[in-house]
Amino acid sequence: MALMEVNKLSKAFGGLVALNNFNLQVEAAELVGLIGPNGAGKTTVFNILTGLYRPTSGSLVFDGHDLYGKHPHQITKMGMARTFQNIRLFDNLSVLDNIKIAYQAVINYGLLPVFFRVPPFYRVEEQIEEKSLKLLEIFDLKKLAQEKAKNLPYGEQRRLEITRALATNPKLLLLDEPAAGMNPNETSDLLDLIKWIKDKFNLSIILIEHDMSLVMRLCERVIVLDYGSIIAEGPPSEIQQNPKVIEAYLGDEEVASWEK
Amino acid sequence: MEELLQQLFNGLSLGSIYALIAVGYTMIYGIVKLINFAHGDVMMVGAYVALAGTIMGLGFIPSLVIAMIACAFLGVLIELVAYRRVRPVSRLAALTSAIGMSLFLEYTMMYFVGAEIRTFPPGVLTERTYNWAGIIITNKDLLVLGTTVVLVVFLQFIIYRTRTGKAMRAVSYDGQAAQLMGINVNNTISITFFIGSALAAAAGMLIGMYYNSINPLMGMMPGLKAFIAAVLGGIGSVPGAMLGGILLGMTESLVAGFGGSMYRDAVAFIILILVLLVRPTGLLGKDTQEKV
Amino acid sequence: MKKNLPIVFVCVLLFALFAVVQVGLSSGFISSYWETNIYLIGINIILAASLNLINGITGEFSLGHAGFMAVGAFAGGVITLNLGLPFLLAIVVGMLAAALAGLLVGLPTLRLRGDYLAIATLGFGEIVRVVMMNIDYVGGAAGLMGIPAVVNWPIIFISVVFTILLIRNFICSSHGRSCLALRENDTAAQMMGINITYYKVMAFVIGAALAGLAGVLYAHYYTIIQPKEFNFLLTFDILVMVMVGGLGSLTGSVVGAVLITVASAFLQSIPELRMVIYAALLIASAVFRPQGLLGAKEVSMNLLRKWGGVLNGSDGSKQAQ
Repeated sequence: MALMEVNKLSKAFGGLVALNNFNLQVEAAELVGLIGPNGAGKTTVFNILTGLYRPTSGSLVFDGHDLYGKHPHQITKMGMARTFQNIRLFDNLSVLDNIKIAYQAVINYGLLPVFFRVPPFYRVEEQIEEKSLKLLEIFDLKKLAQEKAKNLPYGEQRRLEITRALATNPKLLLLDEPAAGMNPNETSDLLDLIKWIKDKFNLSIILIEHDMSLVMRLCERVIVLDYGSIIAEGPPSEIQQNPKVIEAYLGDEEVASWEK
Repeated sequence: MEELLQQLFNGLSLGSIYALIAVGYTMIYGIVKLINFAHGDVMMVGAYVALAGTIMGLGFIPSLVIAMIACAFLGVLIELVAYRRVRPVSRLAALTSAIGMSLFLEYTMMYFVGAEIRTFPPGVLTERTYNWAGIIITNKDLLVLGTTVVLVVFLQFIIYRTRTGKAMRAVSYDGQAAQLMGINVNNTISITFFIGSALAAAAGMLIGMYYNSINPLMGMMPGLKAFIAAVLGGIGSVPGAMLGGILLGMTESLVAGFGGSMYRDAVAFIILILVLLVRPTGLLGKDTQEKV
Repeated sequence: MKKNLPIVFVCVLLFALFAVVQVGLSSGFISSYWETNIYLIGINIILAASLNLINGITGEFSLGHAGFMAVGAFAGGVITLNLGLPFLLAIVVGMLAAALAGLLVGLPTLRLRGDYLAIATLGFGEIVRVVMMNIDYVGGAAGLMGIPAVVNWPIIFISVVFTILLIRNFICSSHGRSCLALRENDTAAQMMGINITYYKVMAFVIGAALAGLAGVLYAHYYTIIQPKEFNFLLTFDILVMVMVGGLGSLTGSVVGAVLITVASAFLQSIPELRMVIYAALLIASAVFRPQGLLGAKEVSMNLLRKWGGVLNGSDGSKQAQ
């Protein structure tokens, strides 16, 4: 059974149909690309999957759980994590605290230890701190642990956001334009990072990206959205040849970058 | 039935005063996204200026105009001194500053004129009452309603028919974009305070006549009520503020008229909370969902 | 690593403070005027710190604090005056009643944001006041008179320490961090598995309970409480303390409460100009120090060293790292 199964998903905002009959299956340890022109409804898919929006119709099953009507925090605990197109860190908190906050989805204590410092408090806090620092070390952010998140350079903010998402221990990671605003060097580092994350943490990834070279080199399967509907689906090599896709992108600058 | 109509009519004149204050509130909020707590106190200053005018023997309209002009400049000054520097830095600090400015106006006025209640000299308006299909209407009510209508029509003209109004709408929609389009944002904000405060001054004179009482703390409750009216109607929306003001005025006089005067002040808030629960952005407010 | 002040040092400091004031009071060195103000400082610290938990830590914007305080004051007063039960029970019931009020306000107003939440909570406070005025059991508009005057310095002191410790423990825990996350970015907080509804309500409930505590203390010090005292101007006063100290800084709230209370105590001697000067100071502090005295920082070892470094003329910020 697939890890994520979405059937006939639709979402309308007032009269505007943002997503129409969207189907998606993600297998364990699969890397799926989601592409399409601006406004095609890609981020809407993420917002519905993570529970921020409620779909107008359709069904979503993730890891055996029905996601309809579930709140974002519940969905996170089922093992889904995401990053945002416009980075959303806890700006005024330290890098370490950003990670610690994510860890409490996995390990936490009740309210009693908060007010009266009984032993579980220190034990769990120690555990959270240890794990957080370890994760930061893996992503080469440990030296910045005490910095405020907003003071990090752009590329490192992106990396911190991915690290933070991983701290919630996901089975499925949704990356929303992780390469946006990166130069070619940074993008190629990111490519290695994503590959490495997928293997190391053994998870499935859905990637929204405008950088076609990244998508074509990374993804095993690509889904193309246009005006809220799927217009093509298949391995990258097929997608590149698909006349519908080329037409959707025609005039878009992205076409040029396909040749890279 | 007659009783009901009578209370509704009383509510209409009270509500139109609320509306006049609320319009200024909502314009200022729309453009600087700040609850200008001093707005009610500008209204109070307006009442005193008008009082001074009438004591010197001026009639209703000259006193009204002088009060409006004086308070218009006061409003601009308040924005310059208390808000301009803090606004971009911290909204809560700006709010603290607004609270400070409110207290400053109240107690400075009290220092100079004392805390006692004053009334307009009798010559300003000789009270007359008319009976129209069983409803008692005083010329005071008519004056209040008439003044409000004239001012609101004039305001609509400014907002929708002049370049200044266009600039005001642009800045309130998106200040940064307006700046990039070459609109002088600071000037536009000053003009908004100018107009909003002038309207407050007019309301001050009207409310002073309506209740026949002027004192340094008179701006507090009507100011708060007007803000409620503005929120009720959807803050930032001028028609919303008018709707909210009139609804509030009518409800209050209905409650007071049917024996609940002790609860009058609470009713305003209860309505507010109920409306916000159903429509979190007020009756005519735009539903804005944050883009993720 | 962020270092807290050594616990022994803090304990010694607290005990010294307690002892000095206690000796001053019993020897008559501290006049009854300043005794009142010391108690008021204590009550204000509790109010400011608890409002800061809602407004500064969790990033909600509540203006209902006077209402929560009133609920605590009247509930406590009823316990000791009307029912003749012990003061300790008054504290418990006062806090529970206020917490319940916090829950009742918090739940329905959760959908509201920013200024809408502010005006709705302010409305709640006013409703509480008007309702109290119309309940004969709590004295109507005249309020309660003859509440036993049991509050003394040890009770105030313990209550303040309890409040600060409670809030500090909360902030330095995963639950407190959830509230901070909520303040920083509520969408991202949800994606971290944080139930934002739960934490918003929790902040309201804890903040309200502590405001209720302040109310009980207030009632049992002044012995007379009237609904009209608990109006929105009181909430503004508390908000000002939070803002002057620094939004989000617990120690800032303490500093703010002390400064504002002492300032208004000194200004009592010039009654006609008192409020004018107070208001001018407020505007000046907001305009020239919008982040408050401490910003969002806490008085900690690092900050003290930094200040020490500045005083010694060396670069303290480097030492502190």
